[in-house]
Amino acid sequence: MSDTERHPLFMPLILVGGLIFGFGLGFSHMARPEVVLDFLQFEDFGLVFVMFGGAIVTGIVYFLAPRLLGEPLLTKRRFERRLKPFDKNVIIGGSIFGVGWGLSGICPGAAYASLGVGNVTILWALAGMFVGAYAQGLVRSRIDAGDAATTSAD
Amino acid sequence: MVDPLPIQLLAEYFPNGISRYAIGGLFVGLGASIIYLGTGISAGASTFLESTLSYVSGLSRFQQYVSSRDWRWVFTIGIIAGAAIYSLTLGDALQYTTQVQPWRLFVGGVLVGVGTRVGKGCTSGHGICGMGSASRTSIVGVATFLLVAIGVAQVVAALGVSP
Repeated sequence: MSDTERHPLFMPLILVGGLIFGFGLGFSHMARPEVVLDFLQFEDFGLVFVMFGGAIVTGIVYFLAPRLLGEPLLTKRRFERRLKPFDKNVIIGGSIFGVGWGLSGICPGAAYASLGVGNVTILWALAGMFVGAYAQGLVRSRIDAGDAATTSAD
Repeated sequence: MVDPLPIQLLAEYFPNGISRYAIGGLFVGLGASIIYLGTGISAGASTFLESTLSYVSGLSRFQQYVSSRDWRWVFTIGIIAGAAIYSLTLGDALQYTTQVQPWRLFVGGVLVGVGTRVGKGCTSGHGICGMGSASRTSIVGVATFLLVAIGVAQVVAALGVSP
């Protein structure tokens, strides 16, 4: 989808969706690492209701929207389910993410929301995420370049 | 007479009640759903890291997100502003600061940055949109990071690291 084809309401709709998403993260206190760590230490199981409550809402919409609407309201792209291919990276990456989440109580969306509730200290976590994402991209590019060189040599 | 035991058990596992979490979760799902209804996009929060890095790095890993980096900014600013609206209306007016130590936040953040990118998603991408799609990849991803995070948090607490 090119920028010129974008509906004038595309950005406003993304903003409204983000506002409601962030409001929910603030309301549920997921923007507080302490609350997430309480869950992971079995002291407060509330997070289950946030994640599965949210997933049930999206589950209903993901199921009904393609059947009732046919195509998205503002774009000509198809409704697609979020089905990423499964491979060992899902386990490896999920485990690395799990170590970071368990250590800090912070994940990306909740970190953005934490900034919104006034938590300046969270910039440490955000800085870390950018460093991690950059390092991953750098290493992955080198590996891919190495693979390409090997393949072409064959 | 009604046996109060189940209620007591519930209170023990949910010291802050359930409604805060359930209502918050419904809003999170609603936000993702509105974007999906309008655009067909399953919005995850962690791709913003890579799409933003495309401004400062020419790596092809990041350049593939150039076409989506503008709306990912809008989504992220929306998340920050939405949380601020909560804080200013029903919350404590931007007064919250975490007590979790900066080194935990930074080291945890680095691992989150690496892990979500290797593992193709985070708690919103896999947890909200992926599970909503009944994606097996996402369900395995969520189970993996939940179990590992629980183990790590328990070990960290057992080692006496607090907050």
